[in-house]
Amino acid sequence: MTQLSLRAQLASALGRSAATLSRMTGRGDGSVIGGRVGLMLEPDLLRKLARDRKLALVSATNGKTTTTRLITSALLELGEVATNAFGANMPAGHVSALSTHKNAPYGVLEVDEKYLPEVLDTTGAGVVCLMNLSRDQMDRAAEIWLLAQKWRNALSGKPTHVIANCDDPLVTWGASTATKVTWVAGGQRWKEDSWSCPECGGPLERKDADWACRECTFHRPEPQWVLDDDAVIDPRGQRWLIDIQLPGLANRSNAAMALAVADAFGLSVERAMPRLREVTSVAGRYTTVERDGRQARLLLSKNPAGWLEAFDVSDPNLPIILSVNAQGPDGRDTSWLWDVDYRILRGRPVFVTGERRLDLALRLEVADVPFALCASFSEALAMQPPGRVDVIANYTAFQQIRSEFGRAV
Amino acid sequence: MPSDSALRIVWIYPDLLSTYGDQGNVLVLEHRAQRRGIETETVHVRSSDPVPETGDVYLIGGGEDRPQILAAERLRRDGGLQRAVTRGASLLAVCAGYQIMGSTFGGEEGQPVDGIGLLDLASARGPARAVGELVAEVDAALGLPTLTGFENHMGVTRLGPGVKPLSRTVKGVGNGDGFEGCYAGHVVGTYLHGPALARNPALADLLLSWRVGELAPLDDTRYEQLRQERLSAVLAQ
Repeated sequence: MTQLSLRAQLASALGRSAATLSRMTGRGDGSVIGGRVGLMLEPDLLRKLARDRKLALVSATNGKTTTTRLITSALLELGEVATNAFGANMPAGHVSALSTHKNAPYGVLEVDEKYLPEVLDTTGAGVVCLMNLSRDQMDRAAEIWLLAQKWRNALSGKPTHVIANCDDPLVTWGASTATKVTWVAGGQRWKEDSWSCPECGGPLERKDADWACRECTFHRPEPQWVLDDDAVIDPRGQRWLIDIQLPGLANRSNAAMALAVADAFGLSVERAMPRLREVTSVAGRYTTVERDGRQARLLLSKNPAGWLEAFDVSDPNLPIILSVNAQGPDGRDTSWLWDVDYRILRGRPVFVTGERRLDLALRLEVADVPFALCASFSEALAMQPPGRVDVIANYTAFQQIRSEFGRAV
Repeated sequence: MPSDSALRIVWIYPDLLSTYGDQGNVLVLEHRAQRRGIETETVHVRSSDPVPETGDVYLIGGGEDRPQILAAERLRRDGGLQRAVTRGASLLAVCAGYQIMGSTFGGEEGQPVDGIGLLDLASARGPARAVGELVAEVDAALGLPTLTGFENHMGVTRLGPGVKPLSRTVKGVGNGDGFEGCYAGHVVGTYLHGPALARNPALADLLLSWRVGELAPLDDTRYEQLRQERLSAVLAQ
């Protein structure tokens, strides 16, 4: 942007150079290091880069990267958009995204759930999109009730327009201190973290999508947008078919959220929907890689709620390869495997690999799901008959598979 | 239809305390009983419902501060768990659930909160979060192999004379004084959260045997592979 001080311009430029170096030396995509360099030279850089832009922040446990991508795609209809497309969702990543697109009038930033209060405060973003909260990598992530409380504090008294999924009670509670909220009935498949009222701890009564506390007045707000299987109903009651290329109900929910965000930017569904259709894969998710006549479709899932969504997308007639690691980004604790109901895989050929395959193997044995244990993804792929196979992997396991295929996906 | 002879497994308050794969302990107990031909019936008791007194093995898991406080209040008011334990039921209390069994534990701001006083112990908030793999040698009187699992808590627990330490830590923090967990009668408390019984099948069998007597051996190859892989990875660090 033109208003940057000399110091901020320099910080921004040096950050971009560091990012380029990082890419050239093959160390990464550069979006974190570049931002770190910039922030070191000018701690207030994010605030300065955000000034005078129309920003949307996107946060949730699952679907952040995909929804960010969908919103970005929609807003391109209005003009240039700065975005952290590679999922570098902390302030360094935001600095990097905004520096790279200095003149973009719009910005769509994926934000780590814990960082949302800080990033909202710093950027003064006009729109915040909140989708879902569920247990995730508990050894390092904040506990989710606490997280929702911090969202409440951050949104309270701000003019920010919040677009929130009212089918998730915890998200609803987290968003409900905001001055202006557009509620989207975006669905909630994983309900194990919302049996009690976030407001008073009482039991939540659930009937279909509706929910209300039995002990206090907290209840599901009336949605303005409603996801209805393969369509979304807008606030004017008009029904739109969500015929996007990304598979599964979770992605249709992400699309419904994206359309509501686009609407907050003054962009109609009519203009936004074709843009959503242009998105075919997001940082390798949902792409198919091929080797020796085997086509493997890659699904990323990082926590119990994510596995439910991946099972929904997966074709029950295909064999399936599961790969689990427990490196830092995955969470070093594999306890969550016991929250996933694997019985749905009974009857399918199942192949288990990854650095923590023995954890998964025992989990499947206890669930009475037969499987073959494979030392590597290559070995698991080679065991398949020619044709299609689905792959579900958690974060670093997913990245390892992508690297093996030259990240060309 | 559940029969009168079925082993009754009672999972207490999964709506409040089920944060870290706690269901795993339920599944492992069911699986190990069923593989021996013991019929099981599992009851998930929500915090709005009374805790049945006639169960055989009770489980209570881990959770955040607020749900932990709510769970303690409701268990105290309900009294069902206390009566079941008096009748000789087995109980595995994990992490937040373990702390609740004592006289007091640390709340959201570290303030002391009343537990249910089922075990002679008191907990408070410690100086730092204990997160990571834990290895511990179990009290020889119990005849169990090395304990392995994952802990993630901020609690420090002091044991009174009414309970014995479950184990002595080799890696990890546990109670915070070189010991991990405790036991008394048919009750075991531990900071090893979630699927502790998946990593320690002998502990699962101990809880079962307290109710049904001697157990037939099982093919524990998968359990052993996981135990060995984890123990060697953690002890090599």
